[in-house]
Amino acid sequence: MTSEILEMRGITKTFPGVKALQDVTLTVRRGEIHAICGENGAGKSTLMKVLSGVYPHGTYEGEIVYDGDEVRFGSINDSEAKGIVIIHQELALVPYLSIAENIFLGNEVRGGRGMIDWNKANHQAAALMARVGLKENPTTPIGQLGVGKQQLIEIAKALSKDVQLLILDEPTAALNDNDSEHLLGLLRQLKDQGITSIMISHKLRELTEIADTVTIIRDGRTIETFPMSGPDANENRMIRGMVGRDLEHRFPERKSRVGAEVLRVEHWTVHHPTQAGRLVIDDASFTVHAGEVVGIAGLMGAGRTELAMSLFGRSYGRDISGQVYKDGAPIDIPDVSAAIEHGIAYATEDRKRFGLNLIEDIRSNVTSAALARMASRGWVNGNEELKVAEQYRSSLNIRTPSVSVPVGKLSGGNQQKVVLAKWLLTTPDVLILDEPTRGIDVGAKYEIYTIINRMVSEGKAVVVISSELPELLGTCDRIYTLAFGRITGEVPVAEATQERLMELMTIERDAKDKAS
Amino acid sequence: MTTTVAGVGVGVRDLITRNVRQSGIFVAFIAIVVLFSVLNSDFLSPGNLTNIVLQYSYVLILATGMLMVIVLGQIDLSVGSVVALTGAVAAEVIIKGHAPWWVGVLAALVVGFLVGCWQGFWVASVGIPGFIVTLAGMLLFRGLTYIVLNNISLSPFNGTYYGIANGFLNGLLGGEGIDVFTILIFAIAVVGYGVSQWRTRRGRIAYQQVVESMPLFVAKIVVVAAIVMWFGSQLARSRGLPIVLILLAVLIIAYSIVMQKSVFGRHIYAIGGNLNAAQLSGVKVRKVTFWTFVNMGVLASVAGVVFSARTNGAQPGAGNMFELDAIAACFIGGASTTGGVGRVTGAMVGGLIMAVLANGMQLMGVGQAVQQVVKGIVLLLAVAFDIWNRRRAEAAR
Repeated sequence: MTSEILEMRGITKTFPGVKALQDVTLTVRRGEIHAICGENGAGKSTLMKVLSGVYPHGTYEGEIVYDGDEVRFGSINDSEAKGIVIIHQELALVPYLSIAENIFLGNEVRGGRGMIDWNKANHQAAALMARVGLKENPTTPIGQLGVGKQQLIEIAKALSKDVQLLILDEPTAALNDNDSEHLLGLLRQLKDQGITSIMISHKLRELTEIADTVTIIRDGRTIETFPMSGPDANENRMIRGMVGRDLEHRFPERKSRVGAEVLRVEHWTVHHPTQAGRLVIDDASFTVHAGEVVGIAGLMGAGRTELAMSLFGRSYGRDISGQVYKDGAPIDIPDVSAAIEHGIAYATEDRKRFGLNLIEDIRSNVTSAALARMASRGWVNGNEELKVAEQYRSSLNIRTPSVSVPVGKLSGGNQQKVVLAKWLLTTPDVLILDEPTRGIDVGAKYEIYTIINRMVSEGKAVVVISSELPELLGTCDRIYTLAFGRITGEVPVAEATQERLMELMTIERDAKDKAS
Repeated sequence: MTTTVAGVGVGVRDLITRNVRQSGIFVAFIAIVVLFSVLNSDFLSPGNLTNIVLQYSYVLILATGMLMVIVLGQIDLSVGSVVALTGAVAAEVIIKGHAPWWVGVLAALVVGFLVGCWQGFWVASVGIPGFIVTLAGMLLFRGLTYIVLNNISLSPFNGTYYGIANGFLNGLLGGEGIDVFTILIFAIAVVGYGVSQWRTRRGRIAYQQVVESMPLFVAKIVVVAAIVMWFGSQLARSRGLPIVLILLAVLIIAYSIVMQKSVFGRHIYAIGGNLNAAQLSGVKVRKVTFWTFVNMGVLASVAGVVFSARTNGAQPGAGNMFELDAIAACFIGGASTTGGVGRVTGAMVGGLIMAVLANGMQLMGVGQAVQQVVKGIVLLLAVAFDIWNRRRAEAAR
């Protein structure tokens, strides 16, 4: 037995147009908790997909040594057979199946003649749940549990597969403090039982508490690996490694000239579309001015997207109440086309699911929200359409040879530019950008910020929703914080720090009630 | 800089992939035609070509509407029953009610419209998948047909109504053995095609877009013109211009333009490609879905009129399995099973492939059983080709 359980050497992974990983090295000692940190798009998830066989051997360069032997995984089944289990950020549970059914999904407990022995399965499930500190009936449907408990079920599922190396991708991103605490405690217990963990997280404070070793990845390269017990191992060192340069260089310069109020939202309240009585947005009020970039900061589940989508033609939620004012006059926005007519545009955080028609070309995607402008009496002028698409392709620097390339073939950054082009074409007064730089590389990010700046310099208003606080601090004039569906603060960027925002973003409902 | 280089590579590969998808089906069609004309000398005879047009016109009409439904990401299983129901209504009105032929046609169209509204309501407003709604419709409208006809066949129509599917325009301008009028109509069509191509080309040049070189452009028009004129002369040598062919040509051209150039058509593609994105782009999904089903209902009633006129009567079991022919035509013609992809011309070629296969095999005396087997295999291979093609495109991503 070697002291290293895993060694990944010289891993390079290329996608068309992007080098996602370049000569990455990762060494994990047996029985430790190894943290991997890096910005969004740095290549952490790609590295874990290489390790777990999601990207099979042959699609990447480099070698993986696990437990002393070189391994070549063809699929995720191969890696699981070796005891490597990955728990993704988006949990892979079937909501209508019971806890026991989920734990043993694909790995069913067999009795005689190939039938499933449910008594045995439920019994074993209860034992696994006890190991993760969960007291539930194994026959309870997963959908009835909260996210925190679902996360624990995922770990129980991993334990059922006799896990040696547990990989957790952002395990606490969706959890509240209590659940996070519990999860971290559980990881320590597993460590005592000899299970090695690799943990990807953005929560640096959490990592300093729990990790034994930290590896930092930036722009697809390993920057450094250091033990957390070292004298100069702290959050600052991690941030320096992750960012690699000062904030000023990551964001283009902008002189802000804030004008008159364009949009005002008052007492906006939204209920969950299916769970009756559950408030998703609770009495939110905010304003946006011409020439201003307004940020909305919030953790996952705070209601950022829900707020934007409910405003954008009631595309989310029900029993919506509150009033929207545009240029001082009250307006009603019953559907998306009304929102577009009122000069409001919303670029979604999930461009593949909600923003783009991936099988269609750039041209049709760019004009899809403003097709009526390309048409007279219901007939589209194809030439005009092509001309406009071509203009946006060059002005937004969408890197393709022509506008007839299907959008599905573009890189994330170029796809995002197509989404922006689509909404710029509707000539909005207020552009709401939900996670505008998610999953795109650093260079493209800079270009997106430049486009934002160009828009506000033309007197338009931009609302940026982001979970990356440095991004908000670098682009916005004013930032609202959102926590559990409520707006908990409004901070001018000059007074804002990551710590201050994070504090406001984590105010729980009860705490706020006590304070006010 | 690497991005730019990779981008060019993707572009060229994409061009090839696209053209394979577009033209593969035309090549297959031509290959089948050549095969049968070699195997059987009667296949390209004037009489047989006329026959193919008459025999499969209603499937092509149904396939036009079906293509729009499929591109939308839905399916319509009820069209066969709607064909029967609308034919039955026309027969009731004309044969039993002694009404003039056009009243019968109008009645059939109104019934088709109402059927479309009914199904459109359940799909668009209530949100039940089209598969379920039209499966119910398939039973429902078949049952209504039996009720309307009182379980017995009604015939004959005769007169003008019979002529809709069996009449020819010929002898209007004379001609010995070859009908001058038919030739003239085809000549006008060819000139119209040339003029519209020329105008498109001029428009593209005005917007500084790439156009094919002049010789290629002329060659393309000459080839199309030659094929069309040859087809016209074959018809002219037989019984002249079938009325149903005029109807079919008008529908195909109109719906091709609607799908490619109208806001409505483009919205159908947008919804089929990504429903959520379409909704968030301000497309009125319910409205478009509703009218697509209404359109399908009306086209099914047109097919119902043509079919009942062709058989000169209404039978309770008419139009059985037509929905499957129409659906198969769309998929063979390159429509995607998940929606968002497909062309009217593709569906027409898909329908013609099935028509030519059936007709060719009939001429050769191949039994009904083997014909079914061949049709089934062709459908399977066409969709397999589509999936293989898509995987390859995804791998290139």
